[in-house]
Amino acid sequence: MTTTNIPLNERTDRFQGYRGSAKQVLEKFALGVWSEVEITNDQGSNFRGVILPRSETCDDLHIVVKLFNGYNVGLAADRITDAREIGYKRAVYKIPEKEFPFDPKKKKVTLLGTGGTIASRLDYRTGAVIPAFTPGELYGAVPELADIANLTTKKLFGVFSENMGPQQYIPLAKAIGEEIAAGVDGIVIGHGTDTMAHTGAILSFMVQNSPVPIVLVGSQRSSDRPSSDAAINLMNAVRTAAECDIAEVMLCMFGPTSDKYDLLHRGTRCRKMHSSYRSTFRTIGATPLAMVHHQQNEKGQYFDYLTDDYLKRDKSRVPTIIPTFEEKVTIQYYYPNFNPDIIEALSDRGYRGMVIAGTGLGHVNKPLYPAIKRAIENGMTVVMTVQTLWGFAQMYVYDTGRDLLELGIIPMDNMLPETAYMKLAWVLGQTDDPKKIRELMLKPVNHEITPREPHNGYLILQGNLPEVEAFTRKHWK
Amino acid sequence: MLQTLDYQSVGLISGLEVHQQLLTREKLFCRCPAGLFTETHDGEVLRHMRPTLSELGEYDGTALMEFKTKKEIVYLLNQLNVCTYDMDDTPPFLVNQEAIDIAIELCLAMHMDIIDEVHIARKQYLDGSIPTGFQRTAIIGVNGWLPFKGRKLTVTHVSLEEDSCREVIDKGHRIVFRTDRLGTPLTETVTGAELRTPEEVRDAILLCSLTARSTGRVRTGLGAGRQDINVSVRGGCRVEIKGVPRAPYAVKLVHNEGIRQSNLLKLRDELHARGLRRPTDIQMRISDVSDIFADAPVEFVQRARANGSRVMAVRINGVKGLAEFPTQPSTMFTDELSGRIRVIACLDEPPIVMASAQIATLPAGRRIAEKISRRVQAGAQDDFFVVWGPEEDCRTAAEEIRIRFADATEGVPKETRQSLPGGFTTFERILPGPDRMYPDTDSPPTRITDDRVEQARQRLHTAPWERLERYSSWRVPVETTEYLIRRGGAEIVDAAVKETGVDGLTAAVEIGQVAKSLKRSGVPIERLGTEQWVDIFDLHTDGRLPRECIREVATFVGLEPGTTAKAACASLGIDLQNESEWKPQVSELLAHGYTTDTNDSPEKRMRFVVGKAVEQLKRKVPAREIAAFVKAELQGASK
Repeated sequence: MTTTNIPLNERTDRFQGYRGSAKQVLEKFALGVWSEVEITNDQGSNFRGVILPRSETCDDLHIVVKLFNGYNVGLAADRITDAREIGYKRAVYKIPEKEFPFDPKKKKVTLLGTGGTIASRLDYRTGAVIPAFTPGELYGAVPELADIANLTTKKLFGVFSENMGPQQYIPLAKAIGEEIAAGVDGIVIGHGTDTMAHTGAILSFMVQNSPVPIVLVGSQRSSDRPSSDAAINLMNAVRTAAECDIAEVMLCMFGPTSDKYDLLHRGTRCRKMHSSYRSTFRTIGATPLAMVHHQQNEKGQYFDYLTDDYLKRDKSRVPTIIPTFEEKVTIQYYYPNFNPDIIEALSDRGYRGMVIAGTGLGHVNKPLYPAIKRAIENGMTVVMTVQTLWGFAQMYVYDTGRDLLELGIIPMDNMLPETAYMKLAWVLGQTDDPKKIRELMLKPVNHEITPREPHNGYLILQGNLPEVEAFTRKHWK
Repeated sequence: MLQTLDYQSVGLISGLEVHQQLLTREKLFCRCPAGLFTETHDGEVLRHMRPTLSELGEYDGTALMEFKTKKEIVYLLNQLNVCTYDMDDTPPFLVNQEAIDIAIELCLAMHMDIIDEVHIARKQYLDGSIPTGFQRTAIIGVNGWLPFKGRKLTVTHVSLEEDSCREVIDKGHRIVFRTDRLGTPLTETVTGAELRTPEEVRDAILLCSLTARSTGRVRTGLGAGRQDINVSVRGGCRVEIKGVPRAPYAVKLVHNEGIRQSNLLKLRDELHARGLRRPTDIQMRISDVSDIFADAPVEFVQRARANGSRVMAVRINGVKGLAEFPTQPSTMFTDELSGRIRVIACLDEPPIVMASAQIATLPAGRRIAEKISRRVQAGAQDDFFVVWGPEEDCRTAAEEIRIRFADATEGVPKETRQSLPGGFTTFERILPGPDRMYPDTDSPPTRITDDRVEQARQRLHTAPWERLERYSSWRVPVETTEYLIRRGGAEIVDAAVKETGVDGLTAAVEIGQVAKSLKRSGVPIERLGTEQWVDIFDLHTDGRLPRECIREVATFVGLEPGTTAKAACASLGIDLQNESEWKPQVSELLAHGYTTDTNDSPEKRMRFVVGKAVEQLKRKVPAREIAAFVKAELQGASK
C-alpha cells in the first residue's frame, strides 16, 4: 500500500473509466480516482470514502465510492451537491513479495506462468479478475511451497486460457525443453482452466520422452477468494513436479470438490467437464494416473498411484521436442441438419485438416458425403472422433461408417475430439504426405488412443449413487 | 445480585446491528428455496480458508487470526435447500430482485436515502460460516432515522446480505456447519452509537424489529431476527456482542459489558502502576512441564497426556495475581485468556487454562506450582499459566496469553464477543475492520431508479409509530397494537375501520386479542384475510352480528374457508329477533326469574338477570342491547 500526494493534473489515471456526466462532476469538484472524498447529495446524505475507478462497461451516470466502512456504493452524479477531496490514496494491490528460500536438500522445480486464475488479481477497469501476479509473488501468498521444493518462476505470457494458441504452445514447448536441459526435477505450468486440457494434449505431442514430470495447474476459484483451490492445487503440482514418478504431461486439479486430494490426469485423455466446479477435470476412457495429497496420507505418502502404465521419471532420458503446428485445422461438431456449406467453405479456404465429432460410433449424414469427398480430394485430412467422448469410433458397424471410410475419413478410435484436433495440427505441421499423416495420427504418442478400454474407464460420477460410491472407494483409494 | 453501574458517569454508549431475514421465495444469489430448514443431510464437503488481500492491498487482522486457527471446515448439505452456488462451486446468479425491493421498503420505512447504484461487496469471514469465505453484501440505504423516546435515533445504513451457515459443532480443529440457512436474504440495520442505557438498547431493538415487521415482508420465528450490540464505555473500546436472539437479553448483556470494560480500565491502571505501560512491556516465556504433571492426579491433564499432548507453562512477567482480576460479574481475567485460547489455539479441554493460584488448589498442587515456578523462573512479581494439548497449539496459546496481557496495558481490546445464556459473553474473534471488504467481481451493480423507489413507497404500510399513536387514541392497549403490527393484523384493522365504519377499538381487540387466543387454541385464524374480516365487520356494523358472536363466526370461517360471514351466521343459528319478540322474554325474567335474596343490591340483581337473558337469547339478541334494556327497566322500577 502506497500513498502519494500527487497534484490532480499530474494524475494520469484521474478519470479511469469515467465518462459523461460522472466525469464532469469529478472535474467540477476537482476530484479523481483514488481521491479520498466527502460527498453530499441532494438529500443531505454524506458519504466519506475513496473514489474507485469505474468499469468501462458500466454507465456514465454514477461515481463509485468505497466508503471508509469498506462497502462500495454508486452515487448518481446528478444528485451530488457538494464534494471535496480530503486526501489521496492510490491502491497498489500487491502480495508482499519474498525471496524464495533455497534448500540444497530439496528438488528444483520451475514454474512457468501463462496467466489464468492460479495467479490473478482484481482489475478495476472491468471490475473483473485479471491474471497479473508475477509467479514470484505466489510464494508471498503460499509460503508452504518452500517446504516442498526449490522453486524458480518464469512468466512466459499473461493471457487468459481462451487466448492460448500456437503462438504460446511453441514457445512453451521450447521453454520446457530448455528447463529440462538445465536439469530441473520437474516443471509446473500455471494455466487458466478453460483450455488447460488442450494445452495438455498439444504439449504431450510437442514434448515427448520427458525425463521429469510436466504439470499443468490452475484453479477454479480465483486466488483472491479465501476458499480458493489455487493454493492446494499449486502445492500439489509443485510436489508432483518435484517428487512424482510419472514423467508425463499431466493436469493437477481437485479430485472431489472437498479440499481432499488432487488427481493427476494424462494430458491426452482429459477434459474440463463442468463450467465452475472445483473438480471439473475428468479423465475420459481410463482412470486418472494418481492421487496427490497436500498432507501425507495414512501410509505417510503424498501419492497414490492408480496405474503402473506410465513413463517413469528418469533424469538421464533426453526429451524430443517437436514444436510444430498447422493453423488451418478445424474441429466440427456434427448435428442433425449440419449444412454441407460449412465443409465446402473450409475446403475453399484451404483448410488442411478437419476433426469431426460424429454421432454414435462416428457418423454424419449422407448429404455431407459430396462435400467431404471434395475436401479429401483437395488434400484435406479428415478424421473421425465421437461426440459421446467415451467409447471408440467404430465405423464398420453400420453402412454409414463404411461409406465414410470409403470416402477416406480416418477413424481416431477413442481419441478425444480436442486431442485429435491438437494432434492433427501438430502432425500437419510436420508433413503433407497422406500416408505419413495417417501413420502418425494412428500411432499413439501417449495413450491418446488406447488399445483397450478398462472396465472402469467409463466413470461418470453421479453424485451419491451407492454403487458409484462403492466403485470409487474400491478403485481410487 | 446485580452489580450496579452508573451508565452516565462511565460514559456507556451503544449502537445496534439488527439482522432481519426477509420473506422471499428464493435465496439471495441462487434459486434455492429460502426458509426451508432441515435437520438431516445427504452430502458433506470439506474445506479450508486462507486470507486474501483486500482491494486496497492490506490483510485484515481478523482474517489473519482466523487463519491461525487452521480449522477443517465441514459443510453438511441437503439437496432440498442447497445447490452448487451455496457450496461455492457455481458463481452467483443475479441478485434476487424481490429481496432488493423488500430492503428498499424497509429503508423507506426508516426515512432513508436509497443508494443510486447498488454494488455487491464481499465481506471476508474465515471462520467457515460461509463456504466462499466471504459474505456477499451491499448497502441499500443510508442516512435514516427512527423516532425514539422523543428524539431521532440515527439509522446509519441498511445493507442486504446473505445469511450464514448454522454451526453444528466446533471441537478442536474441526468445525461443522449446516447449510440450509445459508444464502437467505437478510437486512442489517445499523444504528448510530446513541443508546445510553441497557434499557434503551432493548427498546431500540424492539423498535427496529417492529419497523421491519410492519412491512409485512420479513421472516418470523426463531433465528429470523438477531442482533449484534456494540458497546463501549468512556476510555474503553467498541466491543461487538454477537448474535443476541431476543431484545430482553440485551439488558444484562450491555450492563455486564459496561462492567467488564470499567474493570478492564482498572486493570490497565494496575498494570501501569506496576510499570507495564506498553504492550511491549509484556514478556512471555514458555516451558514444557509435562514431566511435572507425570504423576499428578489431575484428570483433564492426564487425559490430554494420554493422547500424546504436552503440558506447557507460560510465564508472564509482573502480573502476579492479576489472573483473578474481576471482569464481568463473577468472571475474572483468566476467562478472557481461556476464551481467546479456545478460539485461536483450538484448545478446548476445560478449564483450558489455569493460573498459578488455581494450580495450587489441585491435589498436591502447591508442590506442582512450586516446581513449575522454578522451571519457568518466575520471580515474586511474575505469574504463570498452564495449558495442555498438542504442542503447536500450546505454543499458539502461549502467544495468545501474551497478546491478551499486552492488550490489557491499553485497556479494552476491540473484539467480537459471543453472547451466552445468563447475560455473559466470551471471546469470538478480533473485531474486523474495513480491510476485509472488497468488491464482488462476480456480480454487476444494480441501478435503483426513482420509479422503483416510488413504487416501493406506494407499497409501504403505515409506520408503526403513527399506528401506535392512532390506536392509543382508540384506547387500544399498546401490546395489542404491537401484536397487530408484528403479525400483519393492523392492515386488516385499518381496512375494516375504513370500509365498515366499525369502531377501531372493537376491530383491534377482535383481531388482535380474540383472534390471537383462537390461534393459540388451534383455530387456523390466519386464513382470514382483509376480505373475510371486512365481511364479518360489515355484518356487525349492519346490526346483524352481535359483538359477542364475532369470535364464533371468525372461527367458523377459519375452519370452513370460503364461507361468507352471512352463511356462517346462518349455520351457527345467529338470527336477530325483533324487540317485540325478545323484550317480553326479558321482562318475564325480571318479574319472575330473580328468586333468591330480595335484599340484594340492584346491581347484583341486574347482573344476574342480564346473564340469564344473554344465555337464553344467545345468537338472537346482542348482549349490549339486553343489558341496556334491563338497566332501563330496573331504573324505571326503582323510580
